[in-house]
Amino acid sequence: MTTIAEWLAQLDDQTRTTLWIFTVGSLTNVSCGLIGCFLVLRRMSLLGDALAHAVLPGLAVAFLLSGSLGIGYMFVGALAAGLLTTLLTQALHKHGGVPADASMGVVFTSLFALGVILIRRFASQVHIDTECVLEGLLDYVGLNTIPVAGLELPRQFLSIAPVFLLNVAFILLFWKELKISSFDPALSTTMSIPAGLMHYVLMALVALTAVASFEAVGSILVIAMLIAPGATAHLLCDRLGRMLWVAAGVGVISAIAGRLLAVQFDTNTAGMMAVVAGACFALAVVLSPRYGLASKMIRNARTSLRIFSEDLLGMLYRLEELAVQRSLGRGEAVQAVGGGLLAHWELSRLIRRGYVVSTADGVRLTEQGRRHARGLVRSHRLWEAYLVEHLGLPHDHVHAPAERMEHYIDERLAREISERLSDTEVDPHGRDIPAD
Amino acid sequence: MTGLSITAKVLIGTSLLGCVAGMAGSFVVLRRRALVGDMLAHAALPGLCIAYLVIGDRHRLGLLLGAFLAGLLAMGVLTLVTRTTRTKEDAAIGIVLSTFYAAGIVLLSVIAHVPQGNKAGLSTYLFGQASSMLDADIAILSVVSLVALVVLMALYKELKVFSFDPEFARSQGWPTLMLDMTMMGTLTVVTIVGLPIVGVVLMAALIIIPGAAARFWTERLGVMLVLSAVIGAATGSLGTLESSGQLAQWLGFDPLGLVTGGIAMPTGPVIVLCGAAIFLFSVLFAPRRGVISRAVSEVNLRRKTARENLLRTLYELSEHNLEQRPPIALEAIRARRAWSPWAARWLLAAASRRGDVERKQNQVRLTPKGLRRAAEVTRAHRLWEMFLIEGANIASDHVDRDADSIEHLLTPDTLDALEKRLADSGALPEEDRQVPVSPHALEESESTPSRDP
Repeated sequence: MTTIAEWLAQLDDQTRTTLWIFTVGSLTNVSCGLIGCFLVLRRMSLLGDALAHAVLPGLAVAFLLSGSLGIGYMFVGALAAGLLTTLLTQALHKHGGVPADASMGVVFTSLFALGVILIRRFASQVHIDTECVLEGLLDYVGLNTIPVAGLELPRQFLSIAPVFLLNVAFILLFWKELKISSFDPALSTTMSIPAGLMHYVLMALVALTAVASFEAVGSILVIAMLIAPGATAHLLCDRLGRMLWVAAGVGVISAIAGRLLAVQFDTNTAGMMAVVAGACFALAVVLSPRYGLASKMIRNARTSLRIFSEDLLGMLYRLEELAVQRSLGRGEAVQAVGGGLLAHWELSRLIRRGYVVSTADGVRLTEQGRRHARGLVRSHRLWEAYLVEHLGLPHDHVHAPAERMEHYIDERLAREISERLSDTEVDPHGRDIPAD
Repeated sequence: MTGLSITAKVLIGTSLLGCVAGMAGSFVVLRRRALVGDMLAHAALPGLCIAYLVIGDRHRLGLLLGAFLAGLLAMGVLTLVTRTTRTKEDAAIGIVLSTFYAAGIVLLSVIAHVPQGNKAGLSTYLFGQASSMLDADIAILSVVSLVALVVLMALYKELKVFSFDPEFARSQGWPTLMLDMTMMGTLTVVTIVGLPIVGVVLMAALIIIPGAAARFWTERLGVMLVLSAVIGAATGSLGTLESSGQLAQWLGFDPLGLVTGGIAMPTGPVIVLCGAAIFLFSVLFAPRRGVISRAVSEVNLRRKTARENLLRTLYELSEHNLEQRPPIALEAIRARRAWSPWAARWLLAAASRRGDVERKQNQVRLTPKGLRRAAEVTRAHRLWEMFLIEGANIASDHVDRDADSIEHLLTPDTLDALEKRLADSGALPEEDRQVPVSPHALEESESTPSRDP
C-alpha cells in the first residue's frame, strides 16, 4: 500500500488524473459491459436507457429526505428509483396491456420529468445539475478524493470498484443459471432455476451499476456502455464466455481511446468514450468475420462468381453435346450466362486455370474442364429426374429449380440421389445423364 | 399574431405540437417501435451542433434542418443495422441513440471552447424552453402540423394496413419501404420541431403518451388517431397553463401542486407530467381495457362461476330425488368442491338472498326457483360434455374439466344449437331434453342415474 501511495504521490497531477480517468473509466465500462451482455441477449437493452433516465427523481427524493448529497443516500434513492421503473414498466405491460416498449417510454420520461420538477421545486439551491447527470464529471475525477488506508482515492472510484467486484462475482457464481435463463427461460424453469428471480436480480444489478457509474460518467455513457460492448461482442462471438471477454475489452478500449481523443480535441471525456464504443460497434457491423456486412458481401460475391463459372462450364458442355458446329466467342459466352463484369472475370479465370481454351474461332472446353462440367450437368439432370420421380413435378417445371440446385449438389448427395432413381441414364427431357 | 401574449403563443404552440406528435406517435406505438421517437430526439443533437458551428444560432430553420438530417441519418443507420446484422432492434436503437447523443455532447463541449461560442442557445434544445417561442416557431409548427396531417390522411388506408399487417401490405405490391420511410420521416419532422419546446429527453413522452393513452379507449384506428390528437393537444395546453400558474388561478387550487412555491416551473416537464396524469387516468378508468373495469369484470365472472358451480353441485346432489328436493349437508357440498368452509357459507348466503336455496342450520335445500336455475346450469354443462364426446371425440372421463371452463360462457343460442345438433345426431334421447343425464359417472353419488355402467 505505501509503495503504491508513494508511487502515486511522486506522479505529477496531470499523469495522476489521466491514470485515474483510465481506471475509473475502464472499471465503469467493464462493469456496464459485462451486465450489458445479458441485457443484449435478453433483448432488454433499452431498460438501460430507461434506468439511466429514471434515477433522477430518486436522487432528488434522497436529497430531500436526507438533506445531504452523501453518496450512500444518493445510492439508495437511485436504486429505489431504478427498481420502481422496472416494476412500473412490468406492471403496465402485464396488467395494463401496454406494449413493453411504450410502457417503458411512458415510465422513464414521466419519472425524468418528475425528477426535473422536484429538483427545481425543492432543491433549486443545491447543485444537482441536470446537465452533469447527462454528461458526467469524469474530467474532474481527481478533484474529490477520500483517504482510504493511506491512499487518496477518488470518490467515483470508491463507488464503482465494489460494484465491479459484485458484478464479476455474481457472473462467476451464477454462471450456469445466468446462461440457461438468458437463452432458454422455459428450460431454466423446468430445471427449477427461477428465471423470474434471475430476471429481477439482474435488473437490480443493472440499476446498481447504472447508479454507481452515474456520477462518474453520466447517463449517456451508461446507456452506451450497457449496450454497445455487449452488442459488439454479440456480432463477433457465438460463445457466452468469449462474448463477455470481448465486451470487457471493448469497454477498456473505449475508456482509454476515449480519454486520449478527448484530450486531443479538448472535449468531454465521457461523451468521447461513448462515441468510441459506438465506433467499435460500427466496425463490428462492417468487419465481423461471420456476421459483418463486408464478409457477407464477400461471401455473396464468391458465390455469384462460382455460379457464373459453373454456368459457363455447363453451357459449353451442353453445346458440345448438341454438336453445334460453330463455337461461341468470348463475348457471346459471357452474354449467354447473364453477362456483366463478374462473368468476364470468371471466364478469364477459367481460361487461366486451364478449364477453357480461347482460340481464334471461340472458346471451348479442355479435357479438365469437360470433366468438371460433366459433374455439374450430371447434378442438374439427376435433380430434374428426382423432382419428376419423387415429387411428381411436371417436366416443364423442373429446369429452373435444378438450375439453382446444381451448384449445391456435392458428390455424396449426387450418389444418394442416383441410388433413389429408377433410371440414372436419361433425364426427364430425354437427354443423357453423364456418368460419374 | 404579434398581438398575442407570450402565454397565448406558447399555448398555441404546445397544443399544436401535442396534437401532431400524438397522431404521428400513434402509429409507432401500434407498431411497437415507440422508442424510435426517443432515439430520433437524442440523435438530433449532433445535427444541431454541426448546423450551429456552420451557420450560427440566428437561423432556427437552419438548425432544425441540421437536426432533421441527423435524425434521418440515425433512421438510416438503424434500418441498416437491423436489416443486415444479427443485432436486434432494441440494442440498435440504444446504440444509435447513445452514440449520436454522445457525439452531440462532444460537439457541445467543442462549441464551448470556440471563441464567441455560446452553448446557451443550444442547451435550450436539451431541456426545452417553451417560453422562448417566437412567431417564426409557431409558423414552422403550423406548417409542419398541416403537412403531417395531410400526409397521414392521404395515406391513412395504406398506413393502417401496414401498421397492422406489413406482410399483407407487401403481398399487395405496395411500396412498404416507402410507406415505412414516410411514416418515420413524418415522425422525425415532428420530433425535431418539438425539441426547442420540450427538449431532447422528454420529446419521447409527447410521442408515446397520447397514443398509448388513446389505445385504452378504443379499438378503432380512426378513433384512436383523433383521440390521441385531442389528448396530445390537451396535454400540451394543460401543461402550459399549469406551468404558468394560469390553471391554478382559474381553478382556485393547483391540480398538480407544482407552482405553489412561487417558482416558475419549466414547461416541458410539466407538460409531460400532465400527459402522465392523463395516461394514468386512462389506464385506470378506461371502459373495457382499463385496469379497474377489467378487474371488475373478472370479479363478476368469478362470482358468476362460483354461483353456477354451487347450483350445479346442488342439482347433482339432489338428482336422485328431484321432486322432493332433499336437504343437503354442507359437508356434502364441500366434498364436491374445493371451497373453504368460509367460502361455502358465503356462497350459500348469497344464494339464499337470491332465493335459490333455503337454509336450515347445516343443511340446504333448493327452492323451486333455484331448482329451475340449477337445471339450466347443469344442462349447459352436460350438453357441452356430450358435444365434446360426440363432436371432438374426447373420452367421457375427460370432459368434466373442459366443460367446467366453458359452461359459464355459453349463451342460450349456443345451447339451443348444441341441443338441436345432439338431438339430430341421435346422441340425445327424447326423454333427456330437459336436462340430459350426465355422460360420465358422478363421484360419491351412487343414487344418481348415469348412463355409464
